[in-house]
Amino acid sequence: MSVLEVKFVGDGDVLEHIVDKQEVLQSSAGSGLRMVKFKSPAGQRECLEETRCDGDENGVHDELGYVRALGTENDEEVDDNPSRVAGSSIFTFQKVKRSHSLAQTASELARTPGKSVSFTRDTNSEPTTPSRTGSSHAGENRTPQRKKSVRFVSTTPHRLRKRLTAPTLRSDSDSELSPSDSEEDELKEEQRGKQEDKENVKKTRTPSKGLSAALYKTPAKRSKNTAEPLNQPTMTEEYFEAHGSSKVLTSDRTLQRLHTPKFDRETLDRLLEDKPSCYSKEIQQLHDKHRKHFNKWMLQLQLGFSVLVYGLGSKKALLEDFRVAHLSQEIHLVVNGFFPSITLKAILNSLTCEVLEHEGSFRTPSDQIQFIAQTLKGNPGLRVFLLIHNIDGQMLRGEKTQSALGQLASLPNLHLVASIDHINAPLVWDQFKQSQFNWLWWECVTFQHYAEETSYENSLLVQQTGALALSSLTHVLRSLTPNARGIFRLLVKFQLENKDNPSYTGLSFQDFYQRCREAFLVNSDLTLRTQLTEFRDHKLIRTRKGADGVEYLNVAVDANTLMDFLENEKDE
Amino acid sequence: MATSSVSKGCFVFKPSAKKKKKTLDLESYFTDGCEDARSSELRFELCQDLWDQIKTETEILQDELNRKVLDSLLEFTKKCSSIRHHSDWTSQMRASEIPTAALILGVNVTDHDMTFQSLSELLQTSVTPHVASVQAKECGALKHLMKKVLERLMDTVVAVGDDDDDEVEEETEQHHRSVHCSLTTLCDWYSKKTKKSSSGTPGKKRSSLVVNEQQEPPVVIVFKDLEAFNPRVLQDFILVCSRYVQRLPLMFIFGIATAPSTIQHMLPHSVSSLLCIELFQSLSCSQHLTTVIEKLILTHSFPFKLNGKVMQVLVGIFLYHDFSVKNFIKGLQLALLEHFYSQPLSVLCCRKEKALLNLKHLRHDDLERVRQLPSFRRFVEKQEIEEQEKLRTDDSHLKNVCQKLMKDLHKYHKCYYPILRCLHTLTSSLPRYPLGKQIRELHLICLEKNVWEAEEYQSAVNLLKMLAKDELISLLQKCAEILQPIRSTQMKSACVQLEELLSKFQQLDAPATDQSTASEENFTSPVKNLPKKTDLFQLQKTLLESRRSRKKSPFEALRNEALDFIDTLVKSHLSPPESQPLYEVCYYSSSAAVRRHLNAAPRTSIQAALSSPYHYLQNESLKSDDGTVSNSAPDICIAYKLHLECGRLINLYDWLEAYSTVISAAEGTDPDSDGFGKVDEVKHARFIRAVAELEFLGFIKSTKQKTDHVARLTWGGC
Repeated sequence: MSVLEVKFVGDGDVLEHIVDKQEVLQSSAGSGLRMVKFKSPAGQRECLEETRCDGDENGVHDELGYVRALGTENDEEVDDNPSRVAGSSIFTFQKVKRSHSLAQTASELARTPGKSVSFTRDTNSEPTTPSRTGSSHAGENRTPQRKKSVRFVSTTPHRLRKRLTAPTLRSDSDSELSPSDSEEDELKEEQRGKQEDKENVKKTRTPSKGLSAALYKTPAKRSKNTAEPLNQPTMTEEYFEAHGSSKVLTSDRTLQRLHTPKFDRETLDRLLEDKPSCYSKEIQQLHDKHRKHFNKWMLQLQLGFSVLVYGLGSKKALLEDFRVAHLSQEIHLVVNGFFPSITLKAILNSLTCEVLEHEGSFRTPSDQIQFIAQTLKGNPGLRVFLLIHNIDGQMLRGEKTQSALGQLASLPNLHLVASIDHINAPLVWDQFKQSQFNWLWWECVTFQHYAEETSYENSLLVQQTGALALSSLTHVLRSLTPNARGIFRLLVKFQLENKDNPSYTGLSFQDFYQRCREAFLVNSDLTLRTQLTEFRDHKLIRTRKGADGVEYLNVAVDANTLMDFLENEKDE
Repeated sequence: MATSSVSKGCFVFKPSAKKKKKTLDLESYFTDGCEDARSSELRFELCQDLWDQIKTETEILQDELNRKVLDSLLEFTKKCSSIRHHSDWTSQMRASEIPTAALILGVNVTDHDMTFQSLSELLQTSVTPHVASVQAKECGALKHLMKKVLERLMDTVVAVGDDDDDEVEEETEQHHRSVHCSLTTLCDWYSKKTKKSSSGTPGKKRSSLVVNEQQEPPVVIVFKDLEAFNPRVLQDFILVCSRYVQRLPLMFIFGIATAPSTIQHMLPHSVSSLLCIELFQSLSCSQHLTTVIEKLILTHSFPFKLNGKVMQVLVGIFLYHDFSVKNFIKGLQLALLEHFYSQPLSVLCCRKEKALLNLKHLRHDDLERVRQLPSFRRFVEKQEIEEQEKLRTDDSHLKNVCQKLMKDLHKYHKCYYPILRCLHTLTSSLPRYPLGKQIRELHLICLEKNVWEAEEYQSAVNLLKMLAKDELISLLQKCAEILQPIRSTQMKSACVQLEELLSKFQQLDAPATDQSTASEENFTSPVKNLPKKTDLFQLQKTLLESRRSRKKSPFEALRNEALDFIDTLVKSHLSPPESQPLYEVCYYSSSAAVRRHLNAAPRTSIQAALSSPYHYLQNESLKSDDGTVSNSAPDICIAYKLHLECGRLINLYDWLEAYSTVISAAEGTDPDSDGFGKVDEVKHARFIRAVAELEFLGFIKSTKQKTDHVARLTWGGC
């Protein structure tokens, strides 16, 4: 940026360049370079920036001091931490999205196999920059990156362009139809129309689609005819453009189009096992590098610090290594924070019952913590190590849990090692808790897969087999009387009959009672109510008050599982 | 792994008792991992010593700083407890109110604990044994608050009343277990307690109902964080307490982090009228920091030093993040540990005598390390050629030279700090504070570069040259006071010279009046010479000229002399430590390490790893020019890069397709073949894993807004 000259450029000159650009667009691929020399908007932007800087000089100055104070690391950084992303590139505003950027990026990446392609616009904000030097950079980071996004379009090769212009098309043959770039908009409309005709049978036209077509057209057109404003949009304009409509434009394609829409967990594991992991050597190197710090961790732990490891990749194996190497002779407790049903109570109980061998229960967690604190204080020779994988886990995020853990961590002979993974994890702690924990942060990027951590999660793409729900259903039902089973089956059947009805809210109690009577299952509504209470206690059904104040009953299991359930029942 | 299970989240491991326990202590961990294990024991010892020193110093400091406010608090409590026994009308009125001290502590919540601890200790030793402190998070409801207060008060008594017989202890214990939790219980307990202590022996319980003042100590309840309390609970508690205030000499202390108006916000008038509130202001945290820095850093008696950047990081964290002195000390501790851990020559970082002793015991490879030090190399290069050769080869000669250098370094420190203080006293009252308001700012400037080359220094000197006489004299006197107690020949002579200058200023007094009038005439004359009509420019020019041509008055001459003297002092003593040979021994310089461990940015790290994996995985195929990702990067990086291009919602199918396009290219599939970009099972599985990991990291989450879409949780990136 520093080599750019700043000068005022008249409108006429700008227009010249715009003509240039259209030519470039028309002559298609290969001559994208011209766009880089697109000088005037950059110059004007510089001017703008200068004025802005003048405007809030003081603020900038402060910022500079702050950056200097905290960002003094990079020039002397020699060891393992060469990269820092400037904050402004991480915390940015929401922007208007170009419709096909995803496909574009993909093809950009794919276009030159084995070779890397630059597709980020803002090179300044990238981690490779050796240092941030304050306001001028910040300003650059803030500048909208439109200019290059235009260049981007122009560098896309012709073949890809064809693909990209019609990504919403349903069939591949359709995409071959776009003959030239200049008419792509109109053509797209046509195609869309055609295609909708074709598919009207299958799908009703959703309003969002029409909107998407309309909106899609505008930005594309603008980028051609009115290039000037595009190159210097103000921040505010961009912001409001991005937030203006609550509708999000994405294509309507679904995973149903795949041959195997969903895997179950076993298949997934099998498939992933077959695949050799890439960069295992480097990952191992990273691992070994982190292992070297174990001694220091132990030292710091005993000086009253707590060790917190962060960074991309699962740190479970690393901490496990640490445990085996250094803690095997110590009393220690390992907590899997990512475990979906971990509770503070469980942690405290294992501390009191198993570690301190105390029998008896406590009324509140704070009592329990007090007991732990007192016992440890009374026994200074006792050292307990607490190792928490993912202290930011779903179940441990609560304020109470964290403050309880903080209290534990502040005990002098309880040593805490923990890991975090969520990007916003540090928000869990306020100043007070942080000082209780007394963290020392360690960056441990491992690049290992979060195999165990994600295995519990109900992943988006993994088929839920429902095996667990089914078996619990059968187990509970087996312990019930035949009549009760009949009642439940009735409800299940009714729900399955209505499974395609979107407005189905549940079976009303009166209705249900009527049906049960007809089937000779109950003789009074009191019996039915008792029965339902039992179901509810076992979490088999849910009741919800409808708009008319009537209670509606629902089985809280998905339809497929219910179907299986009925099948099983029949077999028995 | 032993710690994975689908049914359990906690795993306890206990080493079997039979195994002979081989636990390592602190020292062995220090020696195991650090550089040059042989000297490590010594270093560990030094490190521990210094840390203990820091700890005790800060504790003393804390006590001293809090003394004033605590003393006034104590005074207040004593007054309150005595006022109850006066019988005049106003004090009767007063007696129905609960005396309350509102203690304004400032926003550095983390430091409050120390204050409260010393406060309650002080109260317990000098005013009353009955002190209970409660925190907001323990008291969600009135019941809990009451319970905590009772427990603390009675427990305290149990602990304190050790000289009573065991029966009493058990009695109280049982008492509070069984008895309903109410203030009546507390009143009973209190009256029993006071009666007993007044009667002296537990046998005569009903001897006298009249208790004298000393034997009725107040019951103090400390609310550590008033803002965090539920207002409802607090109001109820105060209402209840005010009912009992006749029987129970209650007293409250509110710890307030923000402003006194919080009390008005939290308590309605009906409640706050029951309190008799007095305000106490504790020391501000930045003053606290200043004193800590003064005591621990700006002193030659503390051998461990921080270089400019580390200082800057620590002060920056303090000013921009937490205002916590505790954290500042933590940073100091970390730096101390790191220094002794990683610098083998830190054996020399101790008191002068010890350092010289340790120097004698240095081995050959230690001396090699000395030769490698950049500051020492610079020193060698300045020497004559034979001397250079000798220093490179002759160990004993090197030791001798090092002895001298170490002495010089100590001397440097001994002069540096007094002169720094002098310069600070001179400049801290100048308009616009060219060299900073706080001494730490000046210190930072001096650590970075030659201060006399700084622009700010020049402007400060220019301003000093305009000081009036009395101001200048008082400042110089202060400087002399600073230099007075320093036991160093250089400082002594500087002090003497300063005294001389001062006396010259004094002598100037008598004849000065004549001189100044003379100069005034001198000054006004050219103005008189002006023609009657003149323009502004002309006037300005003549005035400027007259100023230049004006003869200096003796005061001005003396002033310049004094300032020149200060200037020479600054130039000879305030050079940055980098200019001193062997400075590495005492100065810790890795600001990056400190910053990384104290003020980490996990999200930045994750995003850097995702967007440029080459920084971490040093594989050539990942190498790329600035700001790019190769298509052979790990799956999660590719998925991340692609997701950056999307808006609030991401279509999973599109994402998957884009992903498989990239992966196909990475696998080397011919772009024109039919299979290019097709989603096969393995790719699909890898994609699922990458998406699950991104979800785990918090970049996306599932959504029901649209089928097969996920919501993005971060902005930007495109």
